[in-house]
Formats: sequence, C-alpha cells, structure tokens
Amino acid sequence: MKFVRLKEVPVHIFLLFSTLLSVCTTIAIVFFLFKESLVFFKEVSVFEYLFGTKWTPLFHPQHFGFLPLLSGTLLIAFCSAIVSIPLGVMTAIYLSEYANSKVRTWLKPVLEILSGIPTVVYGYFALTFVTPILKYLFPSTLVFNAASASIVVGVMTLPMIASLSDDAMRAVPRSLRDAGYALGATKAEVSAKIVFPAALSGVLASFVLAISRAIGETMAVTLAAGATPNLTINPLESVQTMTSYIVQLSLGDTPHGTLEYQTLFVIGVTLFLITLLMNFISELILRKYRQKYE
Amino acid sequence: METSNRNIIEEHLKKIRSSVKDGIDVDTFPIMISKQLSLYYGDFKAVNEASIPIFPQTVTAVIGPSGCGKSSYLRCFNRMNDYIPGVKIDGSIFLHDQDIYDEDVDPVSLRRKIGMVFQKPNPFPKTIYQNIAWGPKINGMKDHMDDRVQQALEKAALWNEVKDKLHQSGLSLSGGQQQRLCIARTIAMEPEVILMDEPCSALDPISTGRIEDLIFELKKKYSIVIVTHNMQQAARVSDFTVFMYQGDVIEYGPTERIFTRPQKKQTEDYVRGKFG
Repeated sequence: MKFVRLKEVPVHIFLLFSTLLSVCTTIAIVFFLFKESLVFFKEVSVFEYLFGTKWTPLFHPQHFGFLPLLSGTLLIAFCSAIVSIPLGVMTAIYLSEYANSKVRTWLKPVLEILSGIPTVVYGYFALTFVTPILKYLFPSTLVFNAASASIVVGVMTLPMIASLSDDAMRAVPRSLRDAGYALGATKAEVSAKIVFPAALSGVLASFVLAISRAIGETMAVTLAAGATPNLTINPLESVQTMTSYIVQLSLGDTPHGTLEYQTLFVIGVTLFLITLLMNFISELILRKYRQKYE
Repeated sequence: METSNRNIIEEHLKKIRSSVKDGIDVDTFPIMISKQLSLYYGDFKAVNEASIPIFPQTVTAVIGPSGCGKSSYLRCFNRMNDYIPGVKIDGSIFLHDQDIYDEDVDPVSLRRKIGMVFQKPNPFPKTIYQNIAWGPKINGMKDHMDDRVQQALEKAALWNEVKDKLHQSGLSLSGGQQQRLCIARTIAMEPEVILMDEPCSALDPISTGRIEDLIFELKKKYSIVIVTHNMQQAARVSDFTVFMYQGDVIEYGPTERIFTRPQKKQTEDYVRGKFG
C-alpha cells in the first residue's frame, strides 16, 4: 500500500477548498450576470442594444442603445491614455536608465503613493481643481466634462505604466547596454534604441493594463464626467461611462424586476467582456513581442 | 600640449622597455599606452599602477587568475567603467598622444575608435543586418550600408554562413556565430583598437579555433588587446603578454619569452600551471 503522510491530507483538502471557493464565486457571479441579462434581451433586441444611439432607460420613451455609454467609456480611456502613456514611459526611462540608486529609492515609493490615493479624492480634485483650469483655458467647457475626468484617470494610471515599464526595462540585461556603449552610443541612444525596444512587450502590456483600469474606473469618472449619456468625441462635454451608469442606477430608487433594473446586469456583462478582451490582448502582446535576450 | 604628451609617452616607453629583459623587438610608436593606471571600486584597489604599451597591428594578451583585475583593466581602455557607480580611476591611458582620461575627452566618441567584444556573445535582439548597421547608423555613417554590412561580415568570416539570412534574428545563430557577429559589429565601426574580454569563454573548442584564426587575420589591420584565462590561447594568438596578479602587472613582454623564460617567479608558477 502506498505510504500517505496523514498530516498532509487535511492541509491538502483545506488548500483545495480555498481555491475552489474563489473559483466558484467567480463562476457564480458570471453565471448570475448572464442569466439576468437574458431577461433583458427578451424585451430588447441585441441589435438595438449594440447599435442604438440613445440611452434613456430612466425616461420615457425608453431607449436602450448602448453606444453613448461605450463612446463615453472609450473617450475617457483614450484621453487618459494620452496623459498616462507618454508621461509613464518617460518616467520609466528616467527611473530605469537615468536616476541613480539614491533618487530611485525615494522616487519609486512616492510614485506608488499616487496609486494609493482613494479614487474618490481624485474625482473631487478633478471637479474642484482641474475643471476650473479647463474652464479658464476653454470657456466652452461644461461643469461635468470628460477631459477633466480623463486627466485625473491618466494621473491615476501613470504609476502603473511607470512601474511596470521600469521593471521591464530593468530586466533587459546589462550586456546589451554595454554593447551599445561600446559602439559609441550615448545614454539616450542606448535607452531609446536598445533598452526600450527590448522591453517593448512589458511596456505595451502595461499600456493595456492601464487602459483596462481606465475603463473600469468608477468613482473619479462619476464625479467629474457627469451622468449624461452622450454620443460625442468632444472631451469638453459631459459624458456617462458604463461604470458611472451603474453607480447612478444603484443609487436610485429603480424598482427590482423592471426593465431598467435589468440594464444593470447587461452593462455589467458588457464591462466584464471588454475587460476580458483587454486581458486577452495584453496576453497576446506579451507573447508576440516577447524577445529573448540571449 | 600634444608634443609634451609625446615626450611623456617616450619617457614612459623607455622605462617599460628597459624593464623587459631582452627588450622589445618592435620599434613603432605605441597606438595606446597606459601609465600608472589605478582603478578603485570604492576603497578596493582592483588595478594597481598598471603600465603597458599596445603596439599597432599586434595582439596583446592579458592573462592571470580570476579576480586579478584583468577585465577591469581592459575596460579602462575604452572608459567602459565610467557607467559603474563608485569607480575611481587614477593615472593615464594615451591613444596616440591624447590622454583619454583628460577632462575634454568625450568618452562616447572615444568608443567609436576603440571597439569591444564581450565575454558572452551579446547580439542585439534585432536582425543580423541591423546588428551590424546599428553602430554606423547612430554615428552618422549611413552611406553604402549594404556594402559596409557585407564587408564587416566578410572580415569576421561570417558572410558565407549568413548571407542568405541577413534579415533573421541575430539570436537565431549559434554561440560561436553570435560572437563573430559581435566582432563584425565592432569592425563595422572601423575602430583602431579592438578590446576582447575573454571572447571564447562561452564557446566550444571548434568555435574558439575559428575566433582565434579570425584574431590572427584581424591583427593585420587592427591592434588587439585580449583578456583570457586560457594560457594556451594567449600563447597561440598573441605577440605580447601581460601577466596580472591581484591588481598588479607582474610581468610584461613578448609572448614567446613570457612562456619560455619568465623573469618573475609568480609568472613562472602561473604559466607552468602551479596556481590559477
């Protein structure tokens, strides 16, 4: 008979149980979301949902076109990327190639604090500080607007890009930098033409994660961008994202079982699928651009 | 300024010559010469007042046990230690009659004249063609790039093996081919001196043999300094040998003499394989 160490058995079972618990919870949530969404799609056609240009579930006549929410979400994701990607990459290059170890040891924690600030504080900051500046620069700016939300979401996701890209660049072996210097390259040339391309997969993956975070961001966007579903590409206007719609609906007194109540789950599923897609893309990028160094 | 440097160099060379038993049978002015060069890592002195000449179109081998400071010393010749925090350097190294540690010398343009090949093959994660073209391109030598790439690969005895796959990754090559690619990359810059830091230590004997043949070819045009812990290799490829031990240059002289009639007891023990 095979020898079994008895003390190991309960440990094994306990660990398996913990794992199953989290897996089952996830599966249950997804199942629940899909099940409730089906109720919605019995009333509203998938075509209307995907291609309709008006989203007014709380008013009559009700329209269930999801495009305004999608455009609002993507507008904020895009504009925040304009802020976070260039700044994040520059910061990462500075941290990994230029900063000496003294500067690094205090700069990196400071940067990480940026991501520790509660997002509601960012929202408040957008409303009371960023928006007035925008209004001063562009008088047509509305009180609630996408630009202000995008700027703070960009600042929020910047540390993620900086930190992950810094890690990716520092993982590039010293020998490649040496090869560059030995060929008469300057520090800037080594950073931009050797280290950065060699770390590209990690850097791109950090972009996708940051954008994915911007899509899922809720509180700052709800506070700063407003609650007007709006099919626009003008960042100075007010928009509503999928997440801020969910907040709006959850806080309201929408009765259970109504069609507008079911939209909660549909938007939830949509958000889930988009995030899943982003993770998938990031995985693809990592695989496609991953370079062996030696 | 430069004439006075020339006097310093000639004085210094005379001193080195007189310390070498049987003299040095090369009359030319050295292309490089190091004068009392010391290197510190923080408080630790890794190289102690090293003085050797590098003659044009010769191979100078630096041998010694691990940790004797030979690689650190080699990296002084193209100022590769500049980027290592905590390194301090005293003394001078002259290229022709210019002290490369003078304040007004730009280490970046210096390294265009003094190429370097490293211990482990380190091709860029780019194509074979791009690996060669990278150096000339960033240094503004953009004309006739195809010819330049072909010539560099021919000189590095790699052309025939890679001419049909120039646009494949440099990392797809074998270790020995990668090292020849790195040599080709260095040659493409048309340097005056090539420094090699144990270029064969990661290679099998056949690849090592090919690199040694290549070094023999290359010395017709370039001056080569090679660090190696393989004494047979030093004996095979070099004209002059430097023996270093614990940061000191123990002995410098023509290779044949260092291996057959060393002046110092430590050198004799090392080349006979008593330690190291």
